[in-house]
Amino acid sequence: MTATSMTATSTTAIGTLAARLRTVLGTDRVISDRQELRTYECDGLAQYRVVPALVVFPHTAAECAAVVKACAAAGVPFVARGSGTGLSGGALPHADGVLIVTAQMRRILELAPADERAVVEPGVINLQVTRAATPAGYYYAPDPSSQQICSIGGNVAENSGGAHCLKYGFTTNHVTGVEIVTPDGDLVRLGGRAPDAPGYDLLGAFVGSEGTLGIATEVTVRLVRLPETVRTLLAAFDTTDAAGAATSAIIGAGVVPAAIEMMDALAIEAAEAAVHCDYPAGAGAVLIVELDGPAADVEAQFVAVERLCRDNGAFEIRIAADDAERALFWKGRKSAFAAVGRISPDYIVQDGVIPRTALPDVLRRIGEIAAEHGVRIANVFHAGDGNLHPLVLFDDAADGQAARAEAASGAILDLCIEYGGSITGEHGVGVDKAKHMPRMFTADDLDTMQLVRCAFDPRGLSNPGKVFPTPRLCGEVPGRHKGAHPLQEAGVAEVF
Amino acid sequence: MPFEGVVMPFEGVVPATDDDAIAGVPARWVAAPASTDEAAAILRGAAAHDLTVVVRGAGTKQDWAAPPRRLDLILDTRRLAGVVEHAAGDLITVVRAGTPLSDLADALAPAGQQLALDAPLPGATVGGTVAVNTSGPRRMRYGTARDLLIGATVIRGDGVVARAGGKVVKNVAGYDLGKLLTGSYGTLGLITECVFRLHPLPAATAYVSRRATGVDDAGRMAAAVLGSQVVPSALEVDAAPDGGIVVTVGLEGVPEGVAARVTTARQLLGGDPTVSGTAPDGWSAYPWGPGDVGIKLTGALSRVPALLAAGVAARQRHGVPLAVRGSAGTGVLYAGLPGSCAPETVAGALDDLRAAATRAGGHAVVVCAPPAVRDRVDLWGPVDGLHLMRRVKEQFDPAGRFAPGRFVGGI
Repeated sequence: MTATSMTATSTTAIGTLAARLRTVLGTDRVISDRQELRTYECDGLAQYRVVPALVVFPHTAAECAAVVKACAAAGVPFVARGSGTGLSGGALPHADGVLIVTAQMRRILELAPADERAVVEPGVINLQVTRAATPAGYYYAPDPSSQQICSIGGNVAENSGGAHCLKYGFTTNHVTGVEIVTPDGDLVRLGGRAPDAPGYDLLGAFVGSEGTLGIATEVTVRLVRLPETVRTLLAAFDTTDAAGAATSAIIGAGVVPAAIEMMDALAIEAAEAAVHCDYPAGAGAVLIVELDGPAADVEAQFVAVERLCRDNGAFEIRIAADDAERALFWKGRKSAFAAVGRISPDYIVQDGVIPRTALPDVLRRIGEIAAEHGVRIANVFHAGDGNLHPLVLFDDAADGQAARAEAASGAILDLCIEYGGSITGEHGVGVDKAKHMPRMFTADDLDTMQLVRCAFDPRGLSNPGKVFPTPRLCGEVPGRHKGAHPLQEAGVAEVF
Repeated sequence: MPFEGVVMPFEGVVPATDDDAIAGVPARWVAAPASTDEAAAILRGAAAHDLTVVVRGAGTKQDWAAPPRRLDLILDTRRLAGVVEHAAGDLITVVRAGTPLSDLADALAPAGQQLALDAPLPGATVGGTVAVNTSGPRRMRYGTARDLLIGATVIRGDGVVARAGGKVVKNVAGYDLGKLLTGSYGTLGLITECVFRLHPLPAATAYVSRRATGVDDAGRMAAAVLGSQVVPSALEVDAAPDGGIVVTVGLEGVPEGVAARVTTARQLLGGDPTVSGTAPDGWSAYPWGPGDVGIKLTGALSRVPALLAAGVAARQRHGVPLAVRGSAGTGVLYAGLPGSCAPETVAGALDDLRAAATRAGGHAVVVCAPPAVRDRVDLWGPVDGLHLMRRVKEQFDPAGRFAPGRFVGGI
């Protein structure tokens, strides 16, 4: 997929806009050179590439608002980008639009442990919040695997999860306030340091809206007290069924672990090849179970977890003696995506969710899908909450393999829907899965969601083409838009 | 033949009685559909006849917020009740909106599970709890309906039925309409079904309470608990009109863990705290009764003592028996005043409390009050993003059919 060339009209519009933006940001923070623009043609999902018309780097909320206001005035679409690590193409640029990179807005504005809050700019890296809060005894709980590089602004847009969201929840449970630039270019505060702001929970709607409702310019996050104790074990099983049964037994016993992660034999093979994590030999599946919290509670439950793993066929259980060993357990898991690069030239990272109890059935079906399509599929997942990350391995150089891998990957999503799950647990819909939305939701469901879009962005300028396969034409409001529909004017939709 | 001679506007509605008023506003019709389809048909009928609609569950919060500007039809959810699904292994439940929270609790308990929402108003339904986002002490550990609702079925004013979210906890496909509906006071649509994530029932529960010598002492205790490793499920303060202030730590978990944390909590509170397996009086209840004035105060955690102090000061300054109670662990307090207080007096006290809440980074919202007080005061105070909220309402309910005037800014 490549960018379409710009029309003559939009080229003129972009030229005018570029001049306007240079007066706001200065010349060095507005990129229009074709070669430089190419740096930003994709995010973490590299199979989609579009060269944006302009890239800008605001340093403040006011600058960000001025950029959006200029885009709105010119009717030019804009896309926000943080670190660009997203895996659904959410920050894929628009060929005739402006890419607004928030990566240089990276100040931690305030750490307030007594309020259990931190106030940060959107470009701040996820892990930096934890690093800054740790000396005071606190941390930021959502921990996507990319936490060393992904930004809080991107986390807010995608409602990022992580291995520990089984117990602690997602970004949406850890953001109490945002300042946003609306698609009109206005700065608005939603929520704050205190909970339950009066009125509609627009903050709740904004988090996870994938940049389609505006851009976060400041984020107030919850800080969580560092746990007194963390205990981690690695259990090896002959089969994924056995590991799944152990997971069910743990949850069924009323234990809420901080994380339960599973890898199958192929994923283990890849991790061994890449990072030599030295998992038990011959394992058909491994579980990493982590408990955290007050010492006495954790000790009691850890004993139960160990027993339940053994009762369900674990042939080897290792208990992390210290932080270093715990890090080693996690190294294999956290590097799993990249690791499959060692055993396959190309791969697709899938992200789907199923009810956890359907795990054995679904894994069998995924095995069938792999056989049917002639591809190998490695499975890595957040077993506690049924969030699967199948890795579909293929060789792009081999004839037809890429298409078969793509088909297998899509079939897995259909499977998730069939079992009453979701087409994405944490990577987002973006550009990649918009086409799958009508299989998970009815036309009425999607229409109703887009009412929110119409309220925030009736002209569809903020990250167009993402989340929804077909933009909704927002109802005419008396006394407003005259002439052509704003979505038509913006070149985003056609009326049939 | 009931209602003989009365011409109904359409099938499924019956004339309202004198008891069918909402916040003093009489209704013309009542409908009690038994399914989402029936409810959609009712709402299409209401649209065809240009009727305004207020949704009613158990009616425990009908005197909350502002009265509707106009009320034609009460849509009663009592027949939209029952647990549709309880997938214990997946820790989720699908439940109809008219189900009382207590019935749901009874249905889940045999599996050792719970919907971890307190019910400050006994009898309240699932739908009403979501629509108003009521919460209690345990929000400190579990969050509120906002955090526990993972899917919802909603009927729009035009009768269109839409589902949002799903049946799995981890799901980022599409907008999170559940959060938008939570706390919307029934102004965006009719919620007919909710999907919630569940939690295991704790094996052990304990409450450690101590009377504070004053606001500063209560603040010291709260800060000590927050900075500790006792991981409370609740941290409550209760300042009675007589001047006494009690701080209570609610602990849940495995018996060994709770026992150890009770010991720590006692040391943190100091003095000679009481330890009990049952909740103290007034736990999870609002500090007001029917017909009284109820105010919700929010602020940053470190400013909870300042909010408490403002309550005590307002009590003395305005000569009113003001009570303050709530979660020092989340910064959500409630203040209650007798309904017999003069509107002018309430207005004065509210001004003081609102100023304190604003300084604390939060809000003071009058959640319920007698009509004379409601007419005198600004119920909601300042609302950030109000213009966007109006646009949301305009999109979801362009005819202004759902509970007109009940919500912020006259929405």
